[in-house]
Amino acid sequence: MPEATEKERSGKVVVRCTVNGRDAELSGFPMARLLDVLREELKLTGTKEGCGEGECGACSVFINGKIVNSCLVPLMQVEGARVVTIEGIASDEQLNAIQEAFIETGGAQCGICTPGMVMAAVNLLDRNSEPTESDIRAGLAGNLCRCTGYMKIFEAVVRACQHSGVKR
Amino acid sequence: MQTRFIGKPMPRKEGREKVTGRARYIDDITMPGMLFGATVRSPVPRGRIKEIRFDPQIPWDEFTIVTAQDVPGSNYVALIVNDQPYLADRLVNHAEEPVLLLAHTDKYLLEEARRAVRLEIEPLPPVFTLDESDEKKEIIWGEDNVFKSFLVEKGNVDDVWAGADFIVEGEYRTGAQEQLYIETNGVIAVANPEEGVTVWGSMQCPYYVHKALIKLFNLPEDKIRVVQTETGGGFGGKEEYPSMIAGHAALLAWKSGKPVKIIYDRAEDMAATTKRHPSRTRHRTAVTRDGRLLGMEIDFVVDGGAYATLSAVVLSRGTIHAAGPYNCPNVRIRSRAVATNVPPHGAFRGFGAPQSIFALERHMNKVARAVGLSPEEFRRRNFIREGETTATSQVIREAVDMQRLVERAFELSDYRDKQERFARENESARVKRGVGFASFMHGAGFTGSGEKYLQSIVGAEATPEGRVRILAANTEIGQGTNTIFAQIAAEALGLDFEQIEVAQPDTANVPNSGPTVASRTTMIVGKLVESAALSLRQTLQNSKLLADSYSPEDFSRACRDYLAKYGQLKSFSQYKQPAEIDWDDEKYRGDAYGAFAWAVYVAEVSVDTLTFEARVEDFVAVQEVGRVINPTMAAGQIEGGVAQGIGYTLFENVVWRGGRMINNQMTNYIIPTTADIPPIRVHFEEMPYEHGPGGAKGIGELPMDGAAPAILNAIENATGLELNQIPLMPEQLMEAFRGEHA
Amino acid sequence: MRAYLPAYELQRPASLDEALRLLASAPGEWRPFAGGTDLMVLLEAGKLEHRKFFSIWHLDELRGIEETIEHITLGALTTYTELQSNETMRREFPMLCVAASETGAIAIQNRGTLGGNIANASPAADSPPALIVYGAELELVSARGARWIAYEGFHTAYKQMRMEPDELISRIRLPRASAGDNWKQYYRKVGTRKAQAISKICFAGAARLGDGQIEEARISMGSVAPTVVSCTKTASILRGRRVNKETIGAAQGEMKKEIVPIDDLRSTADYRLQVSLNLLEDFLLSLER
Ligand SMILES: Cc1cc2nc3c(=O)[nH]c(=O)nc-3n(C[C@@H](O)[C@@H](O)[C@H](O)COP(=O)(O)OP(=O)(O)OC[C@H]3O[C@@H](n4cnc5c(N)ncnc54)[C@H](O)[C@@H]3O)c2cc1C
Ligand code: FES
Ligand code: FES
Repeated sequence: MPEATEKERSGKVVVRCTVNGRDAELSGFPMARLLDVLREELKLTGTKEGCGEGECGACSVFINGKIVNSCLVPLMQVEGARVVTIEGIASDEQLNAIQEAFIETGGAQCGICTPGMVMAAVNLLDRNSEPTESDIRAGLAGNLCRCTGYMKIFEAVVRACQHSGVKR
Repeated sequence: MQTRFIGKPMPRKEGREKVTGRARYIDDITMPGMLFGATVRSPVPRGRIKEIRFDPQIPWDEFTIVTAQDVPGSNYVALIVNDQPYLADRLVNHAEEPVLLLAHTDKYLLEEARRAVRLEIEPLPPVFTLDESDEKKEIIWGEDNVFKSFLVEKGNVDDVWAGADFIVEGEYRTGAQEQLYIETNGVIAVANPEEGVTVWGSMQCPYYVHKALIKLFNLPEDKIRVVQTETGGGFGGKEEYPSMIAGHAALLAWKSGKPVKIIYDRAEDMAATTKRHPSRTRHRTAVTRDGRLLGMEIDFVVDGGAYATLSAVVLSRGTIHAAGPYNCPNVRIRSRAVATNVPPHGAFRGFGAPQSIFALERHMNKVARAVGLSPEEFRRRNFIREGETTATSQVIREAVDMQRLVERAFELSDYRDKQERFARENESARVKRGVGFASFMHGAGFTGSGEKYLQSIVGAEATPEGRVRILAANTEIGQGTNTIFAQIAAEALGLDFEQIEVAQPDTANVPNSGPTVASRTTMIVGKLVESAALSLRQTLQNSKLLADSYSPEDFSRACRDYLAKYGQLKSFSQYKQPAEIDWDDEKYRGDAYGAFAWAVYVAEVSVDTLTFEARVEDFVAVQEVGRVINPTMAAGQIEGGVAQGIGYTLFENVVWRGGRMINNQMTNYIIPTTADIPPIRVHFEEMPYEHGPGGAKGIGELPMDGAAPAILNAIENATGLELNQIPLMPEQLMEAFRGEHA
Repeated sequence: MRAYLPAYELQRPASLDEALRLLASAPGEWRPFAGGTDLMVLLEAGKLEHRKFFSIWHLDELRGIEETIEHITLGALTTYTELQSNETMRREFPMLCVAASETGAIAIQNRGTLGGNIANASPAADSPPALIVYGAELELVSARGARWIAYEGFHTAYKQMRMEPDELISRIRLPRASAGDNWKQYYRKVGTRKAQAISKICFAGAARLGDGQIEEARISMGSVAPTVVSCTKTASILRGRRVNKETIGAAQGEMKKEIVPIDDLRSTADYRLQVSLNLLEDFLLSLER
């Protein structure tokens, strides 16, 4: 412990990456969770913590286009990466089709799982524009919701497919 | 009745903030100079604190340290019985009991410090289960370990046994369940002698916290302010517990002079905060040869944990629901909540009713079998009807038709066909399938005279923009309070939905409209919203600023004109109990609830005989809940409740060792994922209730009651196994299969 | 976050060589950090005892899937997502693909690596039983050079491995002859819930039939002993037998001696044993189906 206290002020690193399309220099301890750095350094508080151990998906973000749990990614490993958070999903005032659909179908109740759930749904549709019900279940299985029982969330994904089909 | 908003799927008021991540929950908020707080907890279940030692490796002078000696007022959490200290002083009564608080700016160092405090505790013999407590070998609370007991008597049950054709007995057990809201408990407090105490946090009941802080700090009401921030789920878990964490943060803030934030991590939240009460129910039932109920004797015990908290209320609801929607002339229900040395159990959606209804609905199947009737035929002969009385002798004044709900649920689930088909196929199948159902009721609002004592008040005020803002302490915790209040007010006033705002619950700004619990928000508080809104309009009309007929624009203009002329416009409405409600608190007799919701749930299951895993394959939920105000949100409540019920039945197993939950991680306490929830098909039979706003009754808790018994009844149908304990894990199912073949 | 973060180091060597030099500089002092799906969970809980790590996530030398006539070779950093999306893997090594698809959910599959799953040495890991049945081999590299060893026998006791402190796993090789059309494969993970479950039992089996007889069989199981076990005795007793009641009984008798399940917070020894035997029976019956 005391050995560590001495390190405290010196042990931080600076990591360069992009966050939601903008260049960012993030500083923190090398093992700091990306989750905390996004929330505390960049004030991007849309990414939530539900468990800190990769189970709940509330902290989902994209790194280089892939969905990951930001609670399990140490700062050091985002050097040079493209990070996208929930704040980067809606362009200005235009919501993503998934977000619209979540509002329409009642896919969000208390809302704490919602940013992560939206990220997972957006990622699912990026990989598969016409998911079956079992694709949807598998695609969202890493995101726990305690409020909805998931039915309205499935509905939202289906609805978003229909809408974005039209828009594309 | 033509409506514009009632009965319409209006989108969630705060939906946009939630889907974009802009909604601000407590952990998203910081304050300048803020410290982080942590709690040092007892490692032992029961004992005497001898010494607190601080490891010299930590720079303690940088820390704010609070113990029981620092409490400015009374060291207990004011609720029903004031037995629970904020910080244990000499004795600890459960593992994880808070003993000492720490605060520091560096949250990593804080964790290191938390580990460096050593509590020397001389152990005392603990009691871990309700059976041990009930046997009273060791007295750990009061004179007899009993927090509360009830006796409900109807007719004379002692006289029925001699004349009964069948007497059927059974014992049923339910385990603890973690609420597992995805946002853990958290608060921020600012506290000093000049300004008093202000707390922001994740909570269901700001006025509970308010009341508790008044005592803790011994300050006048107006020196305490409690503000609810966006809350990521509660389910009862943020009903009473926030008073504890709020008090802790406030004590640290008071001593340090700085804002203090405490956010529990998942492991702490699961280990230390409340869970659903485990229970044991014993039934003894007398029936006639043709399947009519003659008498029911029920013994219902819940494990309250180490302190009284809300156990009395949980017990009460469980007791009243223990005999269900059946007409039985002679009933005796004895119940008690007993103490054990585990963290206090507390409020959780359903409040004791899921426990006693589980027992009843399993038992009804057993009685049916004894009489030689199908579960549905036996129930049909005993369902309660208008004019008949419940166990508390409450005369049912609604046109209830349980049989119609059964028929509807059977039709939607294809119950009869499936039952036949599965019976045929199961012979040779490795995976056995089955269907089962439960029929039940759930009272909306506080029990008996509870609402009368609460005297809830709701306000409506005109805003400078010409909108109407609802002032209520009821919180939006995901169940749709904001949206539903806006629908009710917009409907009543003939305004646009967007013209209604709902104020953030802040005790400095909203009146006490009572807690957000007991399925009361829509039915009871919603009615007050309606009348407060109407009385605001009356004021405008009396002042001649608004004509009898008006457009939404006219209304806005009238509001603005009124404010210009008189400065402010607020009107309030207070709860008045309908005249016919009559309840005797002494005898526990009379009108327990103003209204009941009625339901029949059907589960289809599969049981894999290789792995002994049971899965729910399909679920139908049919209910009569009065008028549905927002069909999307109502269905969402039912679906969410059913999913929690499925978890309660088949997945969620709190593993205890030495009075501690040892699987306090999401990895090891598992709740259903998207892959585990079957299609849940929700159907409402609508029958407007005259005292609810727009005819609505409460629905929040109802869906928690039905899943467990329906699923176990279905498993019985699939396997022939009579299983009377939840959670039913594959390990127990295996043992049951063995017992069968032994 | 219960860890004291300032106490932890995470280096980022520029190349595999540099990483190996770091490892060699003070054997045992530095450890690799791949996708972090095991390490970060320990860190969060304040249970990560080791303090000095170097990231290998960005080292392309440890990535990629190569095919030759005889082998498929997977870089140690191959993620569960990459593994499942490879056509040949899906065709020839379906058990490993199912294991990958049932490991956590997508976000975990995007970060969790095969090398990490092996080196984490959890008896409940889901890919090892499949790897053992396929006769996988590991390449271990160090500043001293590289060597191939059989994966079977790699785990010697709880969390103990045949790997030197200056080594890391660079590649995993699967012989294509071990799979293919004439082998019937059977994989089942039992974990209470359908997705995101930690195994209570994991069973992988493969057998080659000829003339209605079992010519050769391989069976491996997870979560039933301090390490993943290769049930060699059970497999060998099957050789030359037809699937019938007697065979099943004999095999179950052997399996009881080969596995030593325990009670823990996820399940009971009793359940694990019973279900293992049931799965063995089902595997054998599946050969007939
Ligand atoms: C929510 C969740 C669900 C999960 N579900 C499952 C599941 O269902 N089944 C399952 O099997 N696992 C599961 N896991 C664990 C699984 O993700 C890991 O075992 C993963 O495969 C480890 O890889 P990694 O790259 O993340 O390892 P890391 O966490 O980076 O490392 C793990 C260990 O391996 C060492 N290591 C890593 N790479 C190498 C190498 N190349 N050479 C030598 N040593 C190395 C590290 O030093 C460390 O000791 C789950 C994890 C989480 C968080
Ligand atoms: S907080 Fe990252 S998965 Fe739960
Ligand atoms: S909406 Fe509350 S957890 Fe999903």
